[in-house]
Amino acid sequence: MLLKNTYNEFVKILAKPRSYLGIGALTLLIAVILFAMKADGSSFISFVTSSFEQTLSFNGNILNGNLIAFIILQMLIIHIPLLVALVTGDLISGEAAMGTVRMLASKPISRTSIVLSKFIAGAVYTLILTIWLGFLALIVAKWIFGTGDLIVLNSDGLVILQEQDIIWRYGLAFIVAFLSLLTISTLSICLSAFADNSIGPIVSTMAIIILFTIIGSLDVSVFDTIKPYLFTTHMASWRSFFEDPIPMGKIIQSVVILLVHNVILVVIANVKFNKKDITS
Amino acid sequence: MEKETVIKVEHLAKSFGSFQAVKDVSFTVSRGDVFGFLGPNGAGKSTTIRCLLSLIKPNAGKIELFGKSYTNSRSEILSKIGSIIEKPDFYKYLSAQKNLEIFARISGASVSKSQIGEMLEFVGLAGRGGDKIGGFSHGMKQRLGIAQTLLHQPDLIILDEPTTGLDPQGIVEIRNLILRLKNEQNKTILLSSHQLSEIELIANRMVIINKGKSIVEGEVQDLLNAQELVVHLEVDAVAKAKQVISSHFSNAQFVGETANELEVAIEKSQVPNLNKALIENGVLVFALEPKRKLEDFFMKIVQS
Repeated sequence: MLLKNTYNEFVKILAKPRSYLGIGALTLLIAVILFAMKADGSSFISFVTSSFEQTLSFNGNILNGNLIAFIILQMLIIHIPLLVALVTGDLISGEAAMGTVRMLASKPISRTSIVLSKFIAGAVYTLILTIWLGFLALIVAKWIFGTGDLIVLNSDGLVILQEQDIIWRYGLAFIVAFLSLLTISTLSICLSAFADNSIGPIVSTMAIIILFTIIGSLDVSVFDTIKPYLFTTHMASWRSFFEDPIPMGKIIQSVVILLVHNVILVVIANVKFNKKDITS
Repeated sequence: MEKETVIKVEHLAKSFGSFQAVKDVSFTVSRGDVFGFLGPNGAGKSTTIRCLLSLIKPNAGKIELFGKSYTNSRSEILSKIGSIIEKPDFYKYLSAQKNLEIFARISGASVSKSQIGEMLEFVGLAGRGGDKIGGFSHGMKQRLGIAQTLLHQPDLIILDEPTTGLDPQGIVEIRNLILRLKNEQNKTILLSSHQLSEIELIANRMVIINKGKSIVEGEVQDLLNAQELVVHLEVDAVAKAKQVISSHFSNAQFVGETANELEVAIEKSQVPNLNKALIENGVLVFALEPKRKLEDFFMKIVQS
């Protein structure tokens, strides 16, 4: 029954216009970045490398697809959560708003299966969005800008990664980026279990991301104890794959924290939905 | 042979915060019954029905469906029930066919696409399966709702206010559908409705609930027959008719009168003799209509 309802959830997601809105918006955003870089990318590169020009000389195709993909990921990882929440925040509360939750919950399927099928469908949608992001950011950018070594500016300084040393880093980075977005998806579905309207969970998800990001960026000692446990602290962990050497301990810690967040949010949503009196 | 009990509700109670929606509701529905579930607005009908479908968890009391409880047999019970609660809501962005496919998949039975087509035909929506629900009228949604309840061939059908918001033609269509389910498929049907005349026409048993409590339960005709009847008469001479009635029926009471119309409260068993006495005494009877309806009975019960 779980599989059958998961299939139902895919049918619903595929039929909703807002599902394509997310993918369309992502495509548009990346297209704008690609256009901007094609039109005036050299000025952007000069600005970034200007402080190193006294000590280093840069040769070859610096403005290549690998760098563009990195820039796109860095820019969009903050905005994609909204596109994820737009679809996943509606998965449970949308049923309540439409009234279909009555029909769904009076069928011979457990409420746990209903909740789990929505999480699975939300995860698959997030995965599709991440793969689409990867395709546009890496494949299309490489097609337009060519390939080459990747120069990354970190807090420790400049890291230059050889061309043949990049693709596996992107592979792993996209997996961690997917886990970060999955946490957003899980959070919005969890909030969706508490609401009877579509917009509330979407707005609440974004409010939580903004709040946690602000807490994470404030250099105030009172927040120091909670900062390591906020999921937003670990959403940029994909970047660690572009450090040399790769801080695997830090990445594993982030992955564990994100996974724990996902499990806790699924449990909360399940308990809430199972105890809920369906009066809508 | 005693009929199998399909629904057994005992002392059901449910509160939402400090508001007690259902205080003490009990009733029994047997196999093959068309059971009327009556009560004024706010009586607790919808809350009780939601408890019957495990949408709401009661605070107290006992619910048994097909002799089993939700604690141990939720999926088994729900696989035997088809329901419309208040109004059938569907996924507006999907077609009627896709909506039915979605609910069929989780109905606990194997339902083929051709069966869905047959069901659409049964409810008068043949050829509309590919249309999106967004363009459906309320009546079409109600009929689709009935199709959805029947997809998996349930033993028990629960219909909560199925005619709400329908025009007279829609009401007749739904009534005929329910009668077909009763007569052709021998379904057990629990029907909650504000249309008391509908209940009177369709149901064989009923319960009336008010302020969260069940007040009266039984066979519809038995409950109505136990009540005093008001007969509306249209005659050529009202004064003479009154004289005849008074002399022949000492317990008769006159409750209304116009130039050539008369209303008299009398026992149902005396109605044939009333007609006979009037005719034998030269009073021309143009119309004789028993006025006691379920509405009167309902109002009497609720107001008492």
